Amino acid sequence: MIEVTSGWYMTLAAVLFSIGLLGILVRRNALIMFMCVELMLNAVNLTFVAAGRALGSLEGQVSVFFVLVVAAAEVVVGLAIIVAIFRRRESASVDELSELRG
Amino acid sequence: MIEFVIFVVIGAAAIGGALAVVFAKNPVYAALGLLGTLFSLGVFYVVNLAHLVAAVHVIVYAGAVLTLFLFVIMMIGVDKDEDTSETLRFHRPLVAGLAGITLLVGGALAFGGRFDWVPTASGQENPPNGTVEALAGRLFTDWVLAFEVTALLLTIAAAGAIALAYFRRAEPVE
Repeated sequence: MIEVTSGWYMTLAAVLFSIGLLGILVRRNALIMFMCVELMLNAVNLTFVAAGRALGSLEGQVSVFFVLVVAAAEVVVGLAIIVAIFRRRESASVDELSELRG
Repeated sequence: MIEFVIFVVIGAAAIGGALAVVFAKNPVYAALGLLGTLFSLGVFYVVNLAHLVAAVHVIVYAGAVLTLFLFVIMMIGVDKDEDTSETLRFHRPLVAGLAGITLLVGGALAFGGRFDWVPTASGQENPPNGTVEALAGRLFTDWVLAFEVTALLLTIAAAGAIALAYFRRAEPVE
């Protein structure tokens, strides 16, 4: 009988976070990079829930609630920016977006 | 035992979906991989007794965020080939080195500590039950200020999205 402790969930969340970070580092498509940000946010949410269970506290789940709202707002604004850029440049590749240089 | 089986099966699905996000050529497949990962996380929330959070998570992510992603993917076209050549010289070796170090240190911490995170944790005998009633009790008492600021944030985000993406004609009408 193997007991699944919170450390297991922490490890899984760390793996998911690392995969998201890897995606940010190697992909050039702004949309995919955005999905990787979502992946990292959700990995952190999993640590909140697992830690909340281990500590016997509801605060972890409340924190997930707020992270969820911030992530939703971030997606709305970020996708609007991507659409605006695409309308101007006909491309979603971040390598071609050097015009933001000061 | 049942939790172990769920952890292995759903955890493999979550990691597979995450890898699909990173390595899929087609953005639609990446979005579907993200959907798989998010559903898997929903299962983990239920296992960890976060019932309301699981429901809200699935509704917000599968219902709103992924739909928005697919809308934008369809809008800006999926048939464009992504240029995967790297313009920065030491970027790829650096990423590979960082990934290796992360795996080594993370693996050593995970197995060296035998997955013990908080050894004195009291939650195992008294786990929090994330029902609607319990969460609302916390949300509308201690966290009510953050809750209200959240409402403000959502309003600003919606207004900002409209301001950014609203299509204006270049020529003035009159």
